[in-house]
Amino acid sequence: MSDILEIDAKGLHYTPLNKMLRDAVAKGRKKIVIDNIRGQRFIGDGLRGEGVEIEINGVPGGDLAMFMSGPTLIVHGNCDHAPGNTMDSGRIIIHGSSGDATAHSMRGGEVYVRDNIGYRGGIHMKEYQTKRPVLVVGKSARAFLGEYMAGGLLIVLGLGEDKPAEGRGIASGIHGGKIFVRGEIDESNLGIGAHIEEMNDEDLEVIRPFIENFSKFFNYDAKEIMNSKFSKIVPSGSRPFANKYCWE
Amino acid sequence: MCGIISVIDQSKNFMTGESIKNALALMNERGSGEGAGYAVYGAYPDFKDYYALHVFYDNLVEPKKEVESLLNKWGEIEYAEEIPTYEQDRLRRVHIPWRYFFRPDKNLLAGSFSPEDDAIINLVNKVNIEIKGATLYSSGKNIGVFKAAGWPEDVANFYKIEDYEGYIWMGHNRYPTNTSGWWGGAHPFNLLDISVIHNGEITSYGTNRRYIESFGYKCTMKTDTEVVAYLSDLLGRRHGLTDEFTVNALAPPFWDEIDKMPENKHKIQKAFRMAYGSAMMNGPFAIVIAKPDGIVGFTDRIKLRPLVAAESGDCLYISSEEAAIRTMENNLDNIWMPCAGEPVIGRVKK
Repeated sequence: MSDILEIDAKGLHYTPLNKMLRDAVAKGRKKIVIDNIRGQRFIGDGLRGEGVEIEINGVPGGDLAMFMSGPTLIVHGNCDHAPGNTMDSGRIIIHGSSGDATAHSMRGGEVYVRDNIGYRGGIHMKEYQTKRPVLVVGKSARAFLGEYMAGGLLIVLGLGEDKPAEGRGIASGIHGGKIFVRGEIDESNLGIGAHIEEMNDEDLEVIRPFIENFSKFFNYDAKEIMNSKFSKIVPSGSRPFANKYCWE
Repeated sequence: MCGIISVIDQSKNFMTGESIKNALALMNERGSGEGAGYAVYGAYPDFKDYYALHVFYDNLVEPKKEVESLLNKWGEIEYAEEIPTYEQDRLRRVHIPWRYFFRPDKNLLAGSFSPEDDAIINLVNKVNIEIKGATLYSSGKNIGVFKAAGWPEDVANFYKIEDYEGYIWMGHNRYPTNTSGWWGGAHPFNLLDISVIHNGEITSYGTNRRYIESFGYKCTMKTDTEVVAYLSDLLGRRHGLTDEFTVNALAPPFWDEIDKMPENKHKIQKAFRMAYGSAMMNGPFAIVIAKPDGIVGFTDRIKLRPLVAAESGDCLYISSEEAAIRTMENNLDNIWMPCAGEPVIGRVKK
């Protein structure tokens, strides 16, 4: 058996496709290339396996790598809604843009998007003990970035963009995790419960490895990016909504 | 969840329905097999000056006789025929689609600036409210809506959609949530030369319906989307608003955004929100509205439904998913995600 499994996904439904992926990974296959992807949803969902790399050529449908644990998915094309939805661990590297709710409810692993993401990036991300999800966006993010965020890291680099995070409601309802946006963020763009804090040296060390990864994947100069000014957005207190839903 | 796609060739080159069928079928996951439909502009060049009335009949006895007697009272039927259909295994033929090429007598209606159009609106209301067993769902000139309760490819094959040609196409794949799936409830919704496809729900439907019915429109399709067609007709045709201002009235900026605008813009936006408060639509939606001179796509103000736009040569595509657009045309000059509430407009070149 050759080392690389090649799958032509033209006209192939996601159910047989996912079966092929699971069977291949179960048999120990470490490298898979899928060509002619067009709109198939749920690719790699629930897939488990360490050291597995899957290259996807085309435009996958929504919920890519939902619940995935371990593998690395490299997408050459744009993604639809919610890649990395509730992902457990592993990596998604998107050579393009992705749609709304990118990294939705992610609980571990890393998502790297070369270009833009849609609305509500990182909505409801969460972390627990050693599980800390990370989303890195090369260009810009739309409104409601980090909405209801409960943990994890969101990094938006705004490379070549006037505004790295445009629109309203940034971190609306945030009660955990941190958002780092390269450049200035106006306080009026923040949602309820969010707060801008000064970056410190510790923060820089936290984001450094992910910026280095991003730069390696997409050919950027990590030093140059790290030398920029970042805005850090965090919850305004340890329990910003403690009194929201009950009488005092 | 629903799937929408629309394309306009701004140079008015004609396309068959083959590729939009495939694009819509690619988004089958967005539907439930309970409604799909297509609208095509330029469908009836031989009868382009007549209103093309499409009617679903439950039977060809009483309702048909009543509809035809009404049409003969109000004008002249130039030509009528059963819309050709082809049996599909998965599609149950609940209605018999018929079409009339009709010209109303404009002298029969007083007090209107567009008596022919208003006569047609009267007819649509009368048929859909008063005649049991008949639904008049398509009433534009040179426009045809083809829809049924079924999967996109079955509905397309039922009407052999590839036999039709036009310079604007719309396709919709329905996932009914609040009301049942039936033939009349499938999209596109059409009134005169306006057609609408919609993904999402209009939670302000009650307010919008009361508002639009006060202008004489009647909501009969048991679903929220039809108010969008009537609001577009009211604001665009009767009030003469541009497409940009129509979208502005339906999905206006938030007050806190209006407060930050320079004075002249602030004044206009404030006036719009005061005048059209009851036309404003709330809830999650992505909508495309088509008229003979173009298409406009937009989403709700906080972007609760997806919308992607792309250009290839003179064609503008608007859809729920990039993959659907790429099924119609993979060689794109430009592809982007419009901002919430921001209209994407494709117009026929003059």
